[in-house]
Amino acid sequence: MLREALVNSFQSAWKKREADERKTLWALRDIDFQLSAGEVLGIVGRNGAGKSTLLKILSRITRPTSGSIRVRGKVASLLEVGTGFHEELTGRENVYLSGCILGMSKKRIDAKLDEIVAFSEIEAFIDTPIKRYSSGMKMRLGFAVAANLESEILIVDEVLAVGDGEFQRKCLQAMSDLHSSGRTVLFVSHNLAAVSSLCSRAIWIDRGRMKEEGRPADVIKSYLAAFSTTDDVVRDLAGIGDRSGSGDIRFTRIEILSADRTASGSVRCGDSFVVRLFFDAKRDVVEPIFGIDIQTSLGIVVAQVHTYNNGFRIPLLRAGPGYIDVRIEDLNLLPGRYLFSLYAANLGHIYHDVLTNCTALEVQPSNRYGLMRGMTKNPIAIFASSWEMGDARAGAKSLPFPPALAAVGS
Amino acid sequence: MALQSTALPHKAEDYTSSSNATLMEGVRDLWSYRELFFYLAWRDITIRYRQTILGAAWAVLQPLTTMLVFTFLFGVVVKIDTGGIPAPIFYFSALLPWLYFAATIANSGNSLVSNGDLIKKVYFPRLILPAAGALVGIADLAIGALILVAMMAYYGVLSWRLILWVPLTALLFIFSLGVGVILSSVNVKYRDVKHAIPFMVQIWLFLTPVIYPASAIPHKFRWLIALNPLTGIIEAFRATVAPSTPFDASSLWLSVGATILILIVGITYFRRVEGYFTDIV
Repeated sequence: MLREALVNSFQSAWKKREADERKTLWALRDIDFQLSAGEVLGIVGRNGAGKSTLLKILSRITRPTSGSIRVRGKVASLLEVGTGFHEELTGRENVYLSGCILGMSKKRIDAKLDEIVAFSEIEAFIDTPIKRYSSGMKMRLGFAVAANLESEILIVDEVLAVGDGEFQRKCLQAMSDLHSSGRTVLFVSHNLAAVSSLCSRAIWIDRGRMKEEGRPADVIKSYLAAFSTTDDVVRDLAGIGDRSGSGDIRFTRIEILSADRTASGSVRCGDSFVVRLFFDAKRDVVEPIFGIDIQTSLGIVVAQVHTYNNGFRIPLLRAGPGYIDVRIEDLNLLPGRYLFSLYAANLGHIYHDVLTNCTALEVQPSNRYGLMRGMTKNPIAIFASSWEMGDARAGAKSLPFPPALAAVGS
Repeated sequence: MALQSTALPHKAEDYTSSSNATLMEGVRDLWSYRELFFYLAWRDITIRYRQTILGAAWAVLQPLTTMLVFTFLFGVVVKIDTGGIPAPIFYFSALLPWLYFAATIANSGNSLVSNGDLIKKVYFPRLILPAAGALVGIADLAIGALILVAMMAYYGVLSWRLILWVPLTALLFIFSLGVGVILSSVNVKYRDVKHAIPFMVQIWLFLTPVIYPASAIPHKFRWLIALNPLTGIIEAFRATVAPSTPFDASSLWLSVGATILILIVGITYFRRVEGYFTDIV
């Protein structure tokens, strides 16, 4: 009974006429869930699915058109890093302002100031107007304030999507500290790895409706599975509507070829293979960058392969259809399903085409790197590795892999 | 868990589509955010003169210069009858509340739009924004009042009646806030307001006895000028520095009534429309 509970129910609106229904775009419909104290809820979904709207409604920023929300406890919402920061004010002044806007009392900010400044790592510049800060410094300061909020319920949107790796690690640590302190957290992120490691429960929202609710690993799996329904190694991309970018370059097809670029075949652990990306350029594009992100079915990005990293310069891409091949050597991923995201871009975050998780690659088992046994911790990568024993008297030696395994899945 | 065993400090709160919080809840909500009200006002005061050479001297320079120009124009050139009050004091005592009003309806009126990013990212009672906007000008008014005291001492007309500026300022604050609240909430939907405010200020100045005494208005037009609630307020401000001039207390009471009415109308309207601020700001 003594539980701080957060109950949300958006009952479907009173029956309206069909015509009305068709005219109105509902950002959220039929969302109904309940969150108990101490739970950490991850909310996943594609861009435009309604995740941010849901957070705004829960934080009282937007009023629901129909339905109701019941909240017990003090809510703080972090929909951006550095809420309320003013460029002309110093770091210290902004800590007070932002802290107050996010619901901290002056007394608490006074008490926490040293901690906040230490967390942000900008002690030397705390009395400098933040307009002279780098964006990274502003972000660190903003997060430092956020990490010291005292609310029982915390609503967090995509805060982790920004910042360098080190800072993200720190933020994730802070988030997990919040969790262990018994705080109730609602958390939207595209970082599915973070969702699966931080959250006790997850919901998947698709086009404003709740598609699934349950254990994070399960929800993420079905969320990612929805991206790609086929395991074919050739896939038509032209018809995919869920894409972003200028459209100057459009991916039309993806093919997985064997290393000699002949027959398209399945890919086994340890294989070298070629990914052929067909595209259509609407106009000449100077120095385009092509790339593939590869992630696991749990949303952990395992690799980014792109022309910029490989030092492969394309001075001028002429308008018209074409293709580009990337040869991936000795794929050292364990058997399983991997999702490919494709992008064509220019330096400076100018995107021409972005296809998120548009294709899946099923990596088949092989004995290239071992016997594929005893993998109890769900690792992702496997290395070519060999062992030597210091003491020759032990009689240690490597056994040849049984040939039978090589045939599996091929 | 330890957290669960602690007594609950909060009762469950419902947010629904239609249910505006009751007035009592609204007041409690405002009260719990009182620190933010001062912080926002402090922010606007602090940043105003950042990166300026003259800094806070601007707060003195503006009313002083205007007063000097008025004194020259209407005291020396046009020779408006000030009823025996030294012209600088006659103009300054009305200019200070007028400048406060003009600055406040601009500040308050634009407060929701200029803080749009904040509104979209965090909840707090939205009424705090126009209210903080109205608080900002009080600092300038206080500085101006100190100069007025100095001027009156110089002319040898310093009077204890200046203490009445405290309740009068409260009245002026509430009136300006009422107007600001209405303007700010309309401004969210119709940006015309932003352009209308400077124009409004200009016209309103001529309709208010700032550059002339109310007594200069022919009797048959008195009722017209009395429709302007600022008349009573500004006349009262001026009357405190000029004991000899006749003061029409009834017009002040009219202003008090109008102020209460405008505040009630403003807040009622504000509460009715604040639900959609986030969607269209």
